Amino acid sequence: MDFNDTPEQAKFRAKCREWLEANAELKENKSGGHSDSTLEDHLKVAKAWQQKKYEAGWAMLHWPKEYGGIEASPIERIIWGQEEAKFNVPGGIFEIGLGMCGPVMMQYATEEQKDRYLAPMAEGKEIWCQLFSEPAAGSDVAGLRSKAERDGDDWIINGQKVWTSGAHYSDFGILVVRHDPDVAKHKGLTFFFVDMKSPGITVKPIKQITGQAGTGAGFNEVYFDDVRIPDSQRLGEIGDGWKVAITTLMNERLAVGDAKGSDIEEALILSKTKDDAGEAMIKNDSVRERLADWFCEANGLKYTKFRTISALSKGEAPGPEASITKIVSANKLQEIGNFGIDSGDMAGMLIDENDGVSSFQGAWLGAPGLRIAGGTDEILRNVIAERVLGLPQDPRADKGIAFKDIPTKA
Amino acid sequence: MNLDFSDDQKFLQDEAKKFFDKEGGLANARAVMDNSLEGDEKLWQKIIELGWTGIRIPEAYEGLGLGHLELCVVAEELGRSLAPVPFSSSVYFFTEALIKFGNEEIKSDLLPKLVSGEVVGTYGIAEDTHQATESNLSVAVNSENINGVKIAVPDAGIASHMILVVKSQSGTDLRLVNLGDASVTITPQKNLDTSRAFFKVEFKDTPSKLLGESGEGWSYIQHLLDQAAVLFAFEQVGGSQAALDMAKAYSMERFAFGRQIGSYQAIKHKLADMYIALTLAKSNCYYGAWALSSGSAELPLAAATARVSATKAFQLCSKENIQTHGGNGFTWEYDCHLFYKRSKVLSVLLGSEASWKEKLVSNLEKTNTLAKG
Repeated sequence: MDFNDTPEQAKFRAKCREWLEANAELKENKSGGHSDSTLEDHLKVAKAWQQKKYEAGWAMLHWPKEYGGIEASPIERIIWGQEEAKFNVPGGIFEIGLGMCGPVMMQYATEEQKDRYLAPMAEGKEIWCQLFSEPAAGSDVAGLRSKAERDGDDWIINGQKVWTSGAHYSDFGILVVRHDPDVAKHKGLTFFFVDMKSPGITVKPIKQITGQAGTGAGFNEVYFDDVRIPDSQRLGEIGDGWKVAITTLMNERLAVGDAKGSDIEEALILSKTKDDAGEAMIKNDSVRERLADWFCEANGLKYTKFRTISALSKGEAPGPEASITKIVSANKLQEIGNFGIDSGDMAGMLIDENDGVSSFQGAWLGAPGLRIAGGTDEILRNVIAERVLGLPQDPRADKGIAFKDIPTKA
Repeated sequence: MNLDFSDDQKFLQDEAKKFFDKEGGLANARAVMDNSLEGDEKLWQKIIELGWTGIRIPEAYEGLGLGHLELCVVAEELGRSLAPVPFSSSVYFFTEALIKFGNEEIKSDLLPKLVSGEVVGTYGIAEDTHQATESNLSVAVNSENINGVKIAVPDAGIASHMILVVKSQSGTDLRLVNLGDASVTITPQKNLDTSRAFFKVEFKDTPSKLLGESGEGWSYIQHLLDQAAVLFAFEQVGGSQAALDMAKAYSMERFAFGRQIGSYQAIKHKLADMYIALTLAKSNCYYGAWALSSGSAELPLAAATARVSATKAFQLCSKENIQTHGGNGFTWEYDCHLFYKRSKVLSVLLGSEASWKEKLVSNLEKTNTLAKG
């Protein structure tokens, strides 16, 4: 039992480190980052960094060699991620393309399409998004209602997608729609990729409870009004849309991680430094008890991750332990945000004129969304119960009946 | 990164699991309970024959000379099967105390006998209804003789020897006594988990031997508690897993309103929460195992974290296992109560959950080493 790299891993880490040091600045040397810049500036910087990585071969580590990757193992991707995270570099723009859209294109697109689209995606010249969720299809995403109707060599798309990260700056998107409402829910779906500049597509930023809209990699509604997609942009067979979507989501699962934001370290620093009625907060028993609980959770998640990495490091398939990560970290984030706000007593609710929302306030505002995105707390508990523990599925009221006959209201 | 047990250690764990299953599993704990025994002597003898009491004892003293990690995997299986044996008292505490603080004379006398089973050890900390501290001990040593009463001493009916922390002229001592001495009175104390036996042990001018330095007793016992906390946490994880497995099996076979109860989200979410608590506890235990086996200065923090996390997990899994079983879970006949009771005894045996949370936070206060990554 140890926390060391194997000699090969150490060599790979040194290689990552050497290139990063030559091409980027360590975080400790520069504070802030790119959060204050405009979206245009951020995209420019992010694209330039992606281009640089592409030229040096670091852009899409896990991709097959024929598409320009180095077929890196999961542990090498983790090592790269650990090292890149120490540097002050932009991120959050290309993950959906490289992690989900690229692999699905490799599997289902024609050779000409792969030649046309994969390199610009990897180089950061073209950005991709994912269009699955709909206003009436969140947890039950296969219940989506956006329509595809055949018209000669084209399909005509009508409907609405929602919670599309980055739609406002994306060039292309992958899309699941319903081509046949007369068959069962999962059978009537077909998968496409679409040019986001197509006539009939309207992107509207969603104003979230944080008050933010259209900033950074924010969420959008995407409307489709008689949008034409050539049949050549269909991925998989007609009616295989669910199968293709599941393949895509499996790729996404690798990318889902911790809820970022205020954690035990910050709560601990606050407790040590902030006074509560003349004494450091950490002297208060109820504060101590909560710190102990959060430490157990944070530490438990940290070493859960280490167990997963250890399995990958040995070339083994990791166990199901990582399935607890988001549900624990998002709830902890909400509690710690709440704690940080309460620590200010009556002033806790006030927003600083100069600094804006504090990190605790931001955690408290953002955590409800993190408890929904990528699977709600309830869906994740179902996933643990059904896929990890092997409990039976719920009986489904929509099973075996035509999609159009599925009840939608009381 | 290799936060995992070795293939040999996993093999040992697998052997231990098969052994406890073959020897009757939970039936042993139930038999001890039903017949008001002090432990399962037959099972204990077989454990001795397997050599497990000597896992940590160096080969020079006829033990197996293995490390703490081997002890961790066996502990998890003891916990899973709720084995009613004095293993924790004799191995986690007594043997470790002798290895660490015993002089050569004590070690060469007693360690081989711990391997052969001729000697069984236990430990005494608590004295009264309040939490023992360095300054409130009343059991005291005076010119090598001990006077006073220790309570809630596990396995004193089976044990031949005992270590205990006592007040001394230089503060506190860790001392060794022979329970066979005529000056010692041992009285059984009823407790919530009758698959384990606890005793009041009274000393009247009982001769004792010093372990380590005089005046260091309290710091020695803290170290032994930290070590034992990790090993008990593995027992708690084993018990949590068994309780979750039991709840899962029942939720698959029990039907209500024409469905398996495990198909209801109310049950699924209950079991998912048990899995989450268990997984956090297990990962914290791995951290504890690393700190224990590598002699890390992080042991006090790692032990408290593993302990608090595993205590929460076992209490949650054992109590919700009863609820998953409905009325059946409240009967003596079903095994649910065995886990419930063991989880409670384990949760207080080394000091309450609150006291370990306090240790955890005081360690966070002292050091600035925090979870990174």
